[in-house]
Amino acid sequence: MNFNFTEEQNLLRDSVAKFVADNYEWEDRRKRVASDEWFSASNYSMMAELGWTFIPFTEEQGGIGDNIFDALVVMEEFGKGLVIEPFLENTILAGGMLGLMGANVDTLESIMAGQQQYALAYAEQGIGYNNEYIACQAVADGSDYRISGDKVVVLNGAAADVLLVVARTSGTAGDKQGLSLLSVDSGDGSINSRAYKTVDGANGAEIRFDNTPAKLIGAEGQAFEALARTLDKAALLTLAEGLGCMQMLLSKTVEYTKTRKQFGMPISTFQVLQHRMVDMFIEVEQARSILYRAALHFEKDNAAKEVSAAKAQFAKALRYVGQQAVQLHGGMGVTDELDVGHYFKRCTSINTLFGNGDWHRARFASL
Amino acid sequence: MNIELTAEELAFQAEVRSFFENEYPQRIREKIKAGQELERADFIESQKALYNRGWAADNWPVEHGGTGWSPTQKYLFHRERARAAVPQMMPFGVNMVAPIIYHFGNEEQQQRFLPDILASNVWWCQGYSEPGAGSDLASLKTTAVRDGDEFVVNGTKTWTTLGQFADWIFCLVRTDSTVAKRQEGISFLLIDMKTPGITVSPIYTLDGRREVNEVHFDEVRVPANNLIGEEGKGWTYAKVLLTHERTNIAGVATSQVRLERLKQIASETLMGGSSLMSDPIFAAKVADVEVDLMALEYTELRTLAQMQSGGAPGPESSILKIKGTEIDQAICELMVEAAGYYSLPFVKEQFEEGFDGGYVGPFAMADAAPHYFNNRKVTIYGGTNEIQKNIISKAVLGL
Repeated sequence: MNFNFTEEQNLLRDSVAKFVADNYEWEDRRKRVASDEWFSASNYSMMAELGWTFIPFTEEQGGIGDNIFDALVVMEEFGKGLVIEPFLENTILAGGMLGLMGANVDTLESIMAGQQQYALAYAEQGIGYNNEYIACQAVADGSDYRISGDKVVVLNGAAADVLLVVARTSGTAGDKQGLSLLSVDSGDGSINSRAYKTVDGANGAEIRFDNTPAKLIGAEGQAFEALARTLDKAALLTLAEGLGCMQMLLSKTVEYTKTRKQFGMPISTFQVLQHRMVDMFIEVEQARSILYRAALHFEKDNAAKEVSAAKAQFAKALRYVGQQAVQLHGGMGVTDELDVGHYFKRCTSINTLFGNGDWHRARFASL
Repeated sequence: MNIELTAEELAFQAEVRSFFENEYPQRIREKIKAGQELERADFIESQKALYNRGWAADNWPVEHGGTGWSPTQKYLFHRERARAAVPQMMPFGVNMVAPIIYHFGNEEQQQRFLPDILASNVWWCQGYSEPGAGSDLASLKTTAVRDGDEFVVNGTKTWTTLGQFADWIFCLVRTDSTVAKRQEGISFLLIDMKTPGITVSPIYTLDGRREVNEVHFDEVRVPANNLIGEEGKGWTYAKVLLTHERTNIAGVATSQVRLERLKQIASETLMGGSSLMSDPIFAAKVADVEVDLMALEYTELRTLAQMQSGGAPGPESSILKIKGTEIDQAICELMVEAAGYYSLPFVKEQFEEGFDGGYVGPFAMADAAPHYFNNRKVTIYGGTNEIQKNIISKAVLGL
């Protein structure tokens, strides 16, 4: 038994870490987030050139092999740099969904090569994380379809060329059957989109479809299970990102308390703060353990339950580590200028994405 | 034991409620309800409305223009104020510098400063914290050196709330660096913000707003008659201020309002087939906070009763800041949970005056995440909760 990464994975980690070191100097990231650009196109191209965008795809799909630990390594290092390029949105969410629905290799190729930006539009108001309640409607129109309805907080929805919409083609709210995956050109005139940046510097959009022409991908009415599996993978990998964030918060907090002096001594000498940081450390290591566990089970039958366990455990860890890192940095922790608050923001987002802690606790208990 | 309000107290409560409903500027209540940032003029309009009603200074002695209210009346006033979505008086003038001026200032200073504070003609800000002096305030380094009938001030103050609006700043400055006890060389100085050599630079917080500032002093010449009390006694005065009776420190009324709003939002938020409030996991978390708040309300009432009967606040009052801020933050977190995916969009323009583009998602959800991020400050400012616990540990438990 061992928990070692392979030599290739270690090299991959070094390579991603170098990318982060070269491109994610804190001030550079601040400027990028404050700019009008949704993300850096050149950074994204680099991710494709270095082959990272090929990682979450099988060899049959033209990818590198879809080893979950490869993707985990990439996402963990992205977390350390608070990378905003839509790697997850394009390859894991859109690419993952397309792959499971049996999309053709050309489509997947355009994602792997970084030529096209996709967004998976599934969330809606009033359904929480219960996607069987998706109400957006798609009706057949000749050999194609037309979609009407609203999608909210579409990740990468501001930057996407193509929208992948999960919509209802049959059945009623609450039915897992009857949800289909459809592809829409994001520039279609019938689409009303409101784009924005998110609290963590990524991009999103509120999107209204009004009789928008769409093409069916995969079997009609059979998208729910693929969506659930795709979101589980995305959930797992954002936890890897969260692990990267938490490691940074812990190390930054430890360093800061050693240098910050009050009452004539470093605040790291106060036992109450020492124990606080020990608790942060324990949360990080417990999180790492359950992340590895979930990743090791991801190709097994109980993957969903394992992912829910990891999400539930991380919900505690991300919250605690994020909040305490801010608290121990004092006023500086709540400033926009310091990176700590931004790691905390991303930790908060990760908790929300793909089902929060409560939702996953309930799912864990039900499985 | 009896917590029934007297007929007079009930009448007072009705009077306050009626004032906020009928006479107070409703425009400001609407802004607060819409989560919009208040501008300088809004605060002043609000405070002048209270001033014109004679309610600007609930803590001042009557002879200086205070209300003369009993602790119960103050409690009722703030409860009604929070329920009516009326902002608190900015504390820096009326609750922070004014008590120091009327306790320790001379006659001339009292006449010069107090009427304008009461009438909100002058906006004050606080110059205590420094980049290297937060919880350990006595380590402050800003110097004031006597030169004839002036002090020359050099240094930097930080976390100056709404300093960009301020006309005057009250500062703790070091007038003597040779004393053995560092608390002893500190003086209390009032400084006109228009004095040459003062620059104010913004600090943006995690919600994207400019709430705090750094204030830099470069050879700033301050008339010596702006010194309050004796040179070197500033620390003693500031400590009196810190322990000065501060009603509403627990923010119970504000938390009650926000908790009700949370419950309403959770009831209206569908998670597919049923509402969020009907989710037993979420409902249990809301109940935890509500029960904690019910207890805190009575902890505060016990403190008030003690003060009403002429006693000093008991040890239970030390709990108010810690529990009040913890509950505040717990409600913020539940709001983020209720917002779900809507906690992600960050569209700060939508909280600025004049924005009419509509919120991304329901309003309460649009504000949830920025509010949560920003309110991490409440366990940090005014003495971190760790410092508060040190105080309880020493002063109450005798450890």
